[in-house]
Amino acid sequence: MAMVRKAMLIDESRCTACRGCQVACKQWNDLEGWGYSRTTNRGSYENPPQLSPQTWTRIKFTEYEGADGFRWLFLKEGCMHCGDPACVRSCPTAALKQQPDGRVTVQPDLCNGCGYCTQFCPFHVPRLEVSNLLTGRAKVSKCNFCQDRTDNNLIPACVKTCPAQALFWGDRDKMIGAGKKRVQALQATGFKNASLYGENLVGGLGRLYVLIEKPEAYGLPAHPQYPFLTSLWQDIVQPLGKVAMGGSILAVLAAWFIIRRNIKMEEVE
Amino acid sequence: MTNHWVDLKNADVIMMNGSNAAENHPAAMTWISKAKDERGAKLMVVDPRFTRSASQADLYVPIRSGTDIAFYGGMMKYIIDNNLYHREYVVHYTNAATLLVPEFKGPAELDGLFSGFIDEDKDGFGTYDRGTWKYQTDAAGNAVRDETLKNPHCVFQVLKRHYARYTLEKVSRITGCPQDKLEAAYKLYASTGAPNKTGTILYAMGQTQHTVGSQNVRALSMVQLLLGNLGRQGGGVNALRGESNVQGSTDQGVLAHLVTGYLGIPRAAQNPTLAAYIEKETPKTGYWSNKPKFLVSMLKAWWGDHATPENQFAYDYLPKVENPAHHYWISLFEDMYAGKIQGLWIMGQNPAVSGPNSRLEREALKKLKWMVVQEIFDTETCSLWRAPGVKPADVQTEVFILPAGDAMEKQGSIVTSGRLIQWRPKVAEPPGEAVPDDQILNLVALKLKELYASDPGPFPYPILHLKWDYGKEIDIEKVAQEMNGYALDDVKDPKGEILAKKGELLKGFGVLQDNGTTVCGTWIYAGYFALADDGTGRMMPATKRRGQKDPGGLGMYPYWAFAWPANRRIIYNRCSADPNGKPWSEDKKLIWWDEAQKKWVGYDVPDFVATKAPTDPGGKDPFIMHSDGKGGLFAPLNEGPFPEHYEPVESPVEKNPFSSRMHNPVIKIWKTDAGKSIGDNWGTPKEFPIVATTYRVVEQWQAGGMSRWLDWLTECQPGMFVEMSKELAKEKGIQNGDRVKIRSARGEIQAVALVTGRFKPFQVEGKTVHQIGMPWHYGWEGLARGDVANDITPHVGDGNTTIPEYKAFLVDVKKA
Repeated sequence: MAMVRKAMLIDESRCTACRGCQVACKQWNDLEGWGYSRTTNRGSYENPPQLSPQTWTRIKFTEYEGADGFRWLFLKEGCMHCGDPACVRSCPTAALKQQPDGRVTVQPDLCNGCGYCTQFCPFHVPRLEVSNLLTGRAKVSKCNFCQDRTDNNLIPACVKTCPAQALFWGDRDKMIGAGKKRVQALQATGFKNASLYGENLVGGLGRLYVLIEKPEAYGLPAHPQYPFLTSLWQDIVQPLGKVAMGGSILAVLAAWFIIRRNIKMEEVE
Repeated sequence: MTNHWVDLKNADVIMMNGSNAAENHPAAMTWISKAKDERGAKLMVVDPRFTRSASQADLYVPIRSGTDIAFYGGMMKYIIDNNLYHREYVVHYTNAATLLVPEFKGPAELDGLFSGFIDEDKDGFGTYDRGTWKYQTDAAGNAVRDETLKNPHCVFQVLKRHYARYTLEKVSRITGCPQDKLEAAYKLYASTGAPNKTGTILYAMGQTQHTVGSQNVRALSMVQLLLGNLGRQGGGVNALRGESNVQGSTDQGVLAHLVTGYLGIPRAAQNPTLAAYIEKETPKTGYWSNKPKFLVSMLKAWWGDHATPENQFAYDYLPKVENPAHHYWISLFEDMYAGKIQGLWIMGQNPAVSGPNSRLEREALKKLKWMVVQEIFDTETCSLWRAPGVKPADVQTEVFILPAGDAMEKQGSIVTSGRLIQWRPKVAEPPGEAVPDDQILNLVALKLKELYASDPGPFPYPILHLKWDYGKEIDIEKVAQEMNGYALDDVKDPKGEILAKKGELLKGFGVLQDNGTTVCGTWIYAGYFALADDGTGRMMPATKRRGQKDPGGLGMYPYWAFAWPANRRIIYNRCSADPNGKPWSEDKKLIWWDEAQKKWVGYDVPDFVATKAPTDPGGKDPFIMHSDGKGGLFAPLNEGPFPEHYEPVESPVEKNPFSSRMHNPVIKIWKTDAGKSIGDNWGTPKEFPIVATTYRVVEQWQAGGMSRWLDWLTECQPGMFVEMSKELAKEKGIQNGDRVKIRSARGEIQAVALVTGRFKPFQVEGKTVHQIGMPWHYGWEGLARGDVANDITPHVGDGNTTIPEYKAFLVDVKKA
């Protein structure tokens, strides 16, 4: 990457799950709400129940009884903007791009709705929205770190709105520094399992978390990797496939010439 | 608030009790986070339920709904027994040293009552004759004080005896909070008694919506006085107000017992004339001794040239009440239900959902001849006549809906909990035929004047002579100027110096006169619309300023907008300096006496005569609104001068451990249609063993009129739910997500069960008592729908304000 890498730091020790970020994201990016998702309360504050092309960030609520007593853990889910993004690798149309500053974005007009990215993301982030069942027309969309804002030196909408001082945006190394400092302060006040999540995972995440309990308590994978199959697909099978395709065409052409020549030769004899 | 929002960052300990600020005042978290980050402040949350605020707490303290006085009583006993009170502050700035007459007796001696209780019909409820609730006075009429705090009749000793019953053990048993948690809470909060530490108490409806609500607030105020936290940065008694302009509305006297600026409304029997009002209602000492100036200036604002010295400044035009309690919410709806009220004008409110015992209150509304609703959406109140199960033909009420502009579609000011009056521009046009509220009222007033002119009737003058010159299209700035006040003639001081020129907007209420030469709609706002510097040399109405200079770095921002009174950010700030005028501690200094300049200086407008030295008479009396200038540890309210624990009207226990009096003895228990399906019905623990409470969530707003029609908010919190402990769910065979029925003596509702570890059963007086809770936002209209929680809440209110006891009542729960 040529430019300085940018990142979002999410301090889950300060988050109060007010959902300001969830709603600010919808407002800025013109996303659908209840009229589209028809959510109901199923015994939780958590809604909508999943990320989707109309829900690019949401708060996950976990009641956790740990060794240090009861904790109510909040997690602001969304695209992790991986340093080594499996979705970008698997995208056959290059609709998914990794920007020079690390933001992973989707260009909707290039997306062919194949859904490969939804299979390979280790965090199960990108979701497909089928707009036409008959033709199968579908698009993926997800958090793009408010591309139009961040392209113009503004901070993402969620970061701007957070009243709890839990969200930060800036140069990645500064975010890591701030996150580590916060983790130290938390550990000093008794949060023994506090950690900074995402510094080196999957090429280093663009979305960094200060967590007060272990990642597993939040439902986050401790060691996320994208499937071997992704690199198999992009690095071996696709090229081999291209070779095979090219080879087959050549073979068919060659066969055509040889058979034609054989027929001509038979005619001569 | 005595302090303000930004000041929260200056606190060493923040106690949230009866408040869920992270959800209901999310912006508060900005300053609480700063306090934690920058000064290592600790957050303590006291709540029956582990809320989103509790998730941020360093200490979470669970107590059963309705036991706050027990909690605070125990805290006061702990503070006194362990000598953790700020002694010098207590001695000099409160009435701790003042002696009470020996005839005064309290609940410790009179089994739950104070001296002077009158109960004619012997039903356990009555009133108090406050004759024995007074100070001992010397021959000259001054209160007698003992600053050693040893005299057995001094307030301090009487207080100590009063709370001696509130042992850790008793408090733990009645609140259901384990003793070690209580002690940890007391220890943490009492640490702010040190002169260089301050603590702030944040409270909201969890304290006020009880039959002992006013006494809850009294209790926490007493704690703040004992610890020396009032009038100091990072301290204070801080009510987090509800609706966006409830602070502004109480400032303007919208409550039944007030006119503007917290002046009492005249009473027919006691104040038949202006002279009678002035005589009876004006104290001899303290700042309220200026009442006549405030009232006369208000009368001049309302009736202009028709208010003259000859006609008592149109005092006869001002409505009088017999008893304000007759006009508070519950009384109003009882009168409506009895068919005594013909019409109701509702502005931006949804009583069909927000009123207690709402099944009864909806019937009350349907007894009206006519109802006008000024609203932005077709709420449950607007559409009462076609609610589920209602036949329109059965409802005789004529309903008029006036589509109103919303907050962004009009300009004007609103007031934060911190008394900060901020002017906002209009940023959008109201849609379709919607008209902003101010213009609706303007049109109504102009039309009324027309009608009274053509058909006067016996007494048209209050309307005909009303000064109403804001234009056909209301110019709200004209209203603002009137509220600010201006001089009708040059106002001069005794030396002949001009204090205010004729026609000039007043810079403060100090120049108000009682002779009709000044106009002032709301005395506490004087100065808010006068031109003022925003810190960069630009002049504009004070409330429009957005200056960002912050001398001292305390977050006072004196150039940002205008805080009443007089742009003072922390009231009673004389308390921030010791009796000699020196700050209690360097790093907590706020104002101090400058001997060289012979005046009070510092980071705030002194809440004190600027040139009064600490050694002058009254130089050590910071509570200027009280006649004796001292903070009231002893301070009479309807049920007594000290808070005493009484159980909620619907209580899960049989006995009050502190006395044999179960309930607040001065409340009114309504019995309308008792026994009928819809009526004032009361439940017992036998039939309804579970304690219930109602509350709000961050994603919805009040009775839903502003949030349940919105797509993104509905998606987050789409429907009605009830939160209960895992233990209770197991007992009842309820799984998370099941539909359940919640029943009280007043009705039954359904909701989705949210089974959670954030409610835990309480051990109360030796038995297990379960508590559940639910939001009260939902109704049958809009996108986000659900049963109305208030169908099951009780029709009874606080002994002083009658605010309904929404926060503690009894129910039973079962699977639907």
